[in-house]
Amino acid sequence: MIEPPAQNLPTERTGPAAVLVRDVWMDFPVKQGSQAVPVLERINVEIQRGEFVCVVGPSGCGKTTLLNIIAGFLNASRGEVQVEGEPVHGPDPRRIVIFQEGSVFPWLTVSANVGFALSRKTAAERNQIVQHYIDMVGLTGFESAYLRQLSGGMRQRVEIARALAANPEVLYMDEPFGALDYFTRFKMRADLVRIWQQEKKTILFVTHDIDEAIQLADRVVVLSSRPSTIRLILSVSLPRPRDLNSRDYLDTRDRILHALGMSLQNGIPPDAGD
Amino acid sequence: MTSAAQPTEVIGQEPPFVSARAIILPSIVAVMFLLFWDGAVRLSGSQLFPKPLDVLWGLVELAQKGLLIKYVVASLFRVTWGFTLAVIVGIPFGLLMGSNKLVQEAFNPLIQGFRPISPIAWIPVSILWFGVSDAAPVFLIFLASVFPITVSTAAAVKSVQSVYLRAADNFGLTKFQLFSRVIFPASLPQIVTGLRIGLGIAWLVVVAAEMIAVNSGLGYLIIDARNAGKRYDLVVAGMVLIGVIGWLLDLLMRQVERFQTVKWAYGTLHD
Repeated sequence: MIEPPAQNLPTERTGPAAVLVRDVWMDFPVKQGSQAVPVLERINVEIQRGEFVCVVGPSGCGKTTLLNIIAGFLNASRGEVQVEGEPVHGPDPRRIVIFQEGSVFPWLTVSANVGFALSRKTAAERNQIVQHYIDMVGLTGFESAYLRQLSGGMRQRVEIARALAANPEVLYMDEPFGALDYFTRFKMRADLVRIWQQEKKTILFVTHDIDEAIQLADRVVVLSSRPSTIRLILSVSLPRPRDLNSRDYLDTRDRILHALGMSLQNGIPPDAGD
Repeated sequence: MTSAAQPTEVIGQEPPFVSARAIILPSIVAVMFLLFWDGAVRLSGSQLFPKPLDVLWGLVELAQKGLLIKYVVASLFRVTWGFTLAVIVGIPFGLLMGSNKLVQEAFNPLIQGFRPISPIAWIPVSILWFGVSDAAPVFLIFLASVFPITVSTAAAVKSVQSVYLRAADNFGLTKFQLFSRVIFPASLPQIVTGLRIGLGIAWLVVVAAEMIAVNSGLGYLIIDARNAGKRYDLVVAGMVLIGVIGWLLDLLMRQVERFQTVKWAYGTLHD
């Protein structure tokens, strides 16, 4: 069942969309000369300022590719991405990516990592900003620790703090909690929602975890398996903090599963997943 | 949220690593080796080959004549110069090779062709060029250590994780900042490993170079003690000095590996 993409939320529409993905297609040449593999087809997404949008889809469906195109690390085969009305030509410090594999620099302390993008500020300004975000992500007391002394969850907190300290308008998050254990992931999501509410950033969050998407997002973009198309764009209007046992929550999850051709009764069809 | 960040979560603190066992066990082996050596010389009845105590007296004799300090300093002086030159040339060139595909493609075959030539093979050429002077062994040490330093620096740059480069790109770093703030610190652990290998080879080569090209140093001591009166106690004393100093140099380099700026890459300490 393919529903037409939902209308954007009627948030303040004072200017162009924070992020506009217009008719993006992507083919990957596996080897030179061989047949190109289509990864993304006809992707259209419009994200409003301050909105929290999750992209879900089965593993290997091209979510990370889409994120890399939106962030400017990859060029789409067709179509374009605009941020605040300007076409994206490459990565930009106004839009910071939080990487799945973690990109915190292990040769720097927590403080130095968080202050990495602040080399143009004075030392006093820098220290203040760094401390502010270290406190915000809950790493107070670990300012001079190195990455190797931190747990997986704490490393992702450093990554988030470093991104926020750069004061971007948009955060792109690529399965940032994918490598964490259940409990840590749970806590990180709650903290991310709190940080998002405080900082009022626009967030595009990629995940293969449907529950995670519903817990976090204002809207969920559901991608099919490869070649990915948008199956459904779903507004999640549940009040935060979200009740994971509520009827509405379960309905939302069912709709997403249904859009992917799955159900909790019948399990996963053979062609889903990777 | 602060509950997620209890100090108990801090991992990776190393316990003190010098245990009693780590001292006693090797000491037993060393003593057994000395006893075996002593017994073997006595059994063979050799007049030339020294017993461990003869070597000790040889060392005392060298110290009393003032040769011990003089020769050790001479050898270390040459290694310091040759190695420093190799660092000055090897690291920048390795960084260039690692980050520029064209330079890599152009120079790599030449370097790979030079690398297998033992520095010992260069001795006649270096005497031709530099005569019997300090410059000859310095040149040989430079040659011996510049290749491992260059090659490991280039390899280090090429193996910098791409996610760090993408993050740096995302933060809008200039080309120079990318190099100084990301590529260089990310490569540093492997560069340090290259330096350690380079210094080890430099120490091997200085001895060989001093046997032929100069009139001082530990290599000269060995060859001179043999030629002038078959003083094998002094020959072995020279060997002992070479072993101990080489070991100390390596320990020194290992101390560099303990700095926080490079330690992150080594996993658990490999002492």
